[in-house]
Amino acid sequence: MFSEFLQYLFTGITIGATYALIALGFTLIYNASHVINFAQGEFLMIGGMATVSLMAMGVPMLLAIILAVVLAGVLGILLQRFAIAPAKQADVVTLIIITIGASIFIRGLAQLVWGKEYHVMPNFSSDEPIRIFGAVLNSQSLWVLGIGAILVVGLVLFFTRTLIGKAILATSMNKEAARLVGIRTQLVLMLAFMVSALLGSVAGVVVAPITFTSYDIGIMLGLKGFVAAAIGGLGSGVGAVVGGLLLGVVEAMAAGYISSDYKDAVAFSMILVVLFFMPRGLFGAKVVERV
Amino acid sequence: MVNRFMQSRLRDLVFLAIILFALPAFLSNPFHYDLATQMAIIAATVVGLNLLVGFAGQISLGHAGFFGLGAYFSGIMTGSYGWSSIPALLVGAVLVGIIAWIVGRPILRLKGHYLSMATLAVGFIIAIIINNETWLTGGPDGMPVPSLDIFGWELSPFGSYSLFGMELDGNQAWYLFAALVLLVAVWFAQNLIDSPIGRALRSVHGSEVAARVVGVNTASYKSLVFVISAIYASLMGGLYAHFQGFITPAVAAFDFSIVLITMVVLGGMGSTMGVILGAVVLKLLPQVLADFQELETVMFGLILMLTMIFMPKGLLPTIQMAVSKRMKKKAGGQA
Amino acid sequence: MLKTMLRRAGKFAAIAAAGLVMSAQAAEPIKIGSFLSVTGPASFLGDPELKTLEMYVEKINESGGVLGRPLELIHYDDVGNASSARNFASRLIRSDRVDIIVGGSTTGATMAAVPLVEQAKIPFISLAGAVVITTPVKEWVFKTPQSDRMAAERILSDMKERGITKIGLISGTDGFGASGRTQTLEVAKELGVEILADVTYSGSDTDMTAQLTNIRNTQGVEGVLNFGFGQGPAIVTRNYAQLGIKLPFYQSHGVASDGFLDLAGASAEGLRLPASPLLVPDSLPEDDPQKEVVQTYKAEYEARWNAKVSTFGAYAYDGLMLAVKAIEAAGSTEPEAVRKALENIQGHVGVTGEFNMSPEDHNGLKADSFRILEVQNGAWKLIN
Repeated sequence: MFSEFLQYLFTGITIGATYALIALGFTLIYNASHVINFAQGEFLMIGGMATVSLMAMGVPMLLAIILAVVLAGVLGILLQRFAIAPAKQADVVTLIIITIGASIFIRGLAQLVWGKEYHVMPNFSSDEPIRIFGAVLNSQSLWVLGIGAILVVGLVLFFTRTLIGKAILATSMNKEAARLVGIRTQLVLMLAFMVSALLGSVAGVVVAPITFTSYDIGIMLGLKGFVAAAIGGLGSGVGAVVGGLLLGVVEAMAAGYISSDYKDAVAFSMILVVLFFMPRGLFGAKVVERV
Repeated sequence: MVNRFMQSRLRDLVFLAIILFALPAFLSNPFHYDLATQMAIIAATVVGLNLLVGFAGQISLGHAGFFGLGAYFSGIMTGSYGWSSIPALLVGAVLVGIIAWIVGRPILRLKGHYLSMATLAVGFIIAIIINNETWLTGGPDGMPVPSLDIFGWELSPFGSYSLFGMELDGNQAWYLFAALVLLVAVWFAQNLIDSPIGRALRSVHGSEVAARVVGVNTASYKSLVFVISAIYASLMGGLYAHFQGFITPAVAAFDFSIVLITMVVLGGMGSTMGVILGAVVLKLLPQVLADFQELETVMFGLILMLTMIFMPKGLLPTIQMAVSKRMKKKAGGQA
Repeated sequence: MLKTMLRRAGKFAAIAAAGLVMSAQAAEPIKIGSFLSVTGPASFLGDPELKTLEMYVEKINESGGVLGRPLELIHYDDVGNASSARNFASRLIRSDRVDIIVGGSTTGATMAAVPLVEQAKIPFISLAGAVVITTPVKEWVFKTPQSDRMAAERILSDMKERGITKIGLISGTDGFGASGRTQTLEVAKELGVEILADVTYSGSDTDMTAQLTNIRNTQGVEGVLNFGFGQGPAIVTRNYAQLGIKLPFYQSHGVASDGFLDLAGASAEGLRLPASPLLVPDSLPEDDPQKEVVQTYKAEYEARWNAKVSTFGAYAYDGLMLAVKAIEAAGSTEPEAVRKALENIQGHVGVTGEFNMSPEDHNGLKADSFRILEVQNGAWKLIN
């Protein structure tokens, strides 16, 4: 009984950590520019696919990962510069459609370059699962959790201790004021996208040994990350992490205890319940509406 | 008097009617009619969605759920229970309307991205239920749907009909039917927009706080337009099911919701004629791009991005602005 | 106006493409239409199918075509969406005016196109497997894959031979998995096998440990069957090994490919599945009628595309060869003649099996066209 519960918990936390990292990416971009970036999932895909294809070409794993992450970062900058920035005064919905178009475009390119097959990536460390109280944990899950935690701490430090991080926060609070104090807002926005892309691609690399990777894994994972970000409250980093973990655990519990057919429906119902009682998500900021 | 006509809301409707009835001159084979019929049905759907998104300013990322519910209700009732099509369509619309009202009340209290998130969740839940209840819906492999029968008279893409002495094949007859449906849908939408309800909706879009201050019951108006757009989707879903003869859970899926919203935004939010153009373009694009094979996805994404970046107001409003600018220049030159 | 301009542009592009495909021969080409799920969630099916069709149409044309006429392949990608499939079938029949259709990667896509095909009276060879496609028999619809019912029969029979009568079932919620599950439940009743646990996962899921734990904790389960295709079963297989479940494990023919072994790795050791002999061509006895066809297809496909061969591509191969055989037998592309010729094909040795069509059986295969394979030392081994 207990081992069953523990098993579901492990599964849930592992996938939840992935959702959390993607949700953080959404939050970052949302904070900086109030855009919901539907292409976030594609950064995840690029991380995994680029690593796998570089490794297939003979590049050692660590270098392949670094190159893949850099590639994603560049893509993030390009996305901001060429797709978001030109659409200056566009409606919220229009921006959503632009990012959707971007995600389709990136996916199409990935398909052309890397093909449509699924690829496997070896675990970072051992392939032997770890047994705890009758439940098994994939060693890669520990990597996911570990790296996830490091990234979260890194982000917190980035935003509170570094000048660039503070500049991003300032831009998100009030763009005009930020410009007035000399912050190059355009640069800051590109940076925000880049960091978000780095985040997504690292998540993609770290999770690829568990989930396999292909040109279209970004779709569903990106969507679930958005869901997690909304549950936690858009704009809140803590919310993103909590939302992600919560979503993952609820999914796993639903699959194990209730019905695997409807586990996704349970997860989505959970969102509705959360939003019903807390219309701005769990940790969402109370916004004052200026009239 | 011509000027008043040009300004009136009748103008758009008449232009649309002219285009719809003149189109057959350019269509040469049953496949074209097939495509045109689908465009008309989907266009009517997005006219309804536009009321919600364009006029009331509420984002819905789960609209395909209502479309799917209408499609499956019609399919199940006419297929497994022998109902006639029209009662199935109407009862389906009422049921979907009720569901939309129940679901809409709590959801529409949410703002912005949280609202889109909630509508996304609703859409997914509907799609999952349709997918899983195989005993009722045929499951992921879908189910066949009998042809549309209007009180005993069957309208099927495979039949042959005669009208005013002309021989029409099933596809052509369906096209005429769909064109009429579209005209009615547009007429109804325009009446709604120009009514006190429409003005209330636009006030909500402009500033919800201000509208409440002035005494507009924003909650019930938002609910109303949500229900109306859901009913549009349900009716059109039913017609679509009868026309295609086969439906799968994909008609309620997230992908289709995105397609619908894209049609609205691409064509021009808030412009009834614009969203029709959006529906036409997005339905046509895969057909045109089909010959590009491998590059299809890349080109689709690229076209979408570029169009939205350079024409953020949508295709039709941008074209209209460009045309009126040129006309102003001409007038200015004469003055 | 926009619409007409776009439509003309599309027409020009299509004509240009067709012009490139047609050889300099003056003879009118035989048009073979195809709608496949080349991209999207079923690209596992459609991609090798398209590659196979393209490759063999080329080959056939190089050796003179059929009835002295070149073959022209007109194909569209339905992205795994049945509605698009139906639209493209409509386009193939009404606009491109093809002579025969070889396509329909998924059951949904196939069934959506069936009314059109029946009305237009054009032969249609489907590449999808659900039993509902050819049962009840439809005049103009044929299919090359064995039905999922046959797979269930084969698997459950093999299980019974090993003494397994109570099993756990885990299947995908996609069309293939759901249909397979339904057939398994029915066949199990007939064969006296009890299904004690019945869980599902969806195509985009990345971890099935929860579902498998559910099965493991069900009392009395003696074996496990996974009905699904794509990467889902590979994840199930890995989770299965990680959880340390030692019960006999069976997969369906949905993963009969070397690609699956790549994904599942060492965790696939010991599992069994029903498959065409395509994966073990060299293990076939010399006198097996399929040996030569299978070896040739595998060698040619892998040489041309530098990719591992797959049983789904083989469905397309068999479909095309059956179409060609029927056209040659009929002596023309007249639809009714071709249809009759298809129905009369006997003893056609294909990669999937030996086809014996009849007016009541538009599939032509029996359950024993499936061989039981087991994974030993990371490679497929023919058991039965």
